[in-house]
Amino acid sequence: MAAGATYEPIATQTLASAAASITFSSIAATYTDLRLAVTSVPSGVIQYGLRFNNDSSALYSLTELAGNGASAASDRDVNDSNLWFNYFTPSGSTIPAFMTADIFSYAGSTFKTTLLTWSNDRNGAGNLVNYTVGLYRSTSAINRLDIILTSGTMGAGTTATLYGLKAA
Amino acid sequence: MANTYTLIQAQTLASSAASVTFSSIPATYTDLVLRVSARTDQASISDVSPFVTNVGGTAYSYTYLMGNGSTATSGTSGTRADFASYSVGNTATASTFSNVEIYIPSYTAAQNKPISVFAVNETNATTAGMRIYAELLSSTTAISSITLTGQSSSNYLTGSSFYLYGIKNS
Repeated sequence: MAAGATYEPIATQTLASAAASITFSSIAATYTDLRLAVTSVPSGVIQYGLRFNNDSSALYSLTELAGNGASAASDRDVNDSNLWFNYFTPSGSTIPAFMTADIFSYAGSTFKTTLLTWSNDRNGAGNLVNYTVGLYRSTSAINRLDIILTSGTMGAGTTATLYGLKAA
Repeated sequence: MANTYTLIQAQTLASSAASVTFSSIPATYTDLVLRVSARTDQASISDVSPFVTNVGGTAYSYTYLMGNGSTATSGTSGTRADFASYSVGNTATASTFSNVEIYIPSYTAAQNKPISVFAVNETNATTAGMRIYAELLSSTTAISSITLTGQSSSNYLTGSSFYLYGIKNS
């Protein structure tokens, strides 16, 4: 069987200046899953989050497992207005952090599960590693994705790429 | 649109080897992904196999989060000469291998490089576990080679496999 393209870049955004959010809109429903890959430099005390379809109703929940180099912790958040994660809140640094989000069956009519990862070793100062499972209790297809912050910004040079994965 | 998740090189060991190297990695991708299924001849249950890049020196550090089925812990390592990966050693349950994904975003960018490592082994024994590493390469030099070695001069055993992929964002 001839293999088709199964891992395709949908869009890439590279920040020319610091920004508090990044939006991917008009996401086609032609893929099976979405994967987001972000390399950013946080500025200010911030918490990263995702919002789907610009929907800020209380449909988001998550469970996270996190480590900061000294201790490990797990946390849960329910009925939130966004998919906030980072149990150990990252602060400003010149060291890039790497974040991924896998959004499964995003175009389906069931609730949407997301796996989030966060990697930000700072050589001994404010290190963070985080794995989070998120849930968006909506049966609508996801056609918009926002990367948002509680405060602060993502620095210039931040690169966010949204990929589409096809099962067939 | 082009398929952008491309196999650069596959190495499956037909005999034991002390190290596995990917050299002359082209600079034409955005990110690298190294997927590993490995077991070493280390006389222990687990083997925290180090890996290094062409950058060398002591430019590496990491923070880890690990669970072993009963507890979760986190720790960190200051500046060192290698990154951490993970393999089962040769006293682990027979025919079990560790699985590791090493994600290196923006590997040619002139900036410090965050690296994500997710490593698991399940052995039907109490020594199974998973380790998640946030790693940092404090160097602006592009990565053009990666070498993985067994811990304490151990060897990767026959059947261990190593797949390097390149991902383009356009």
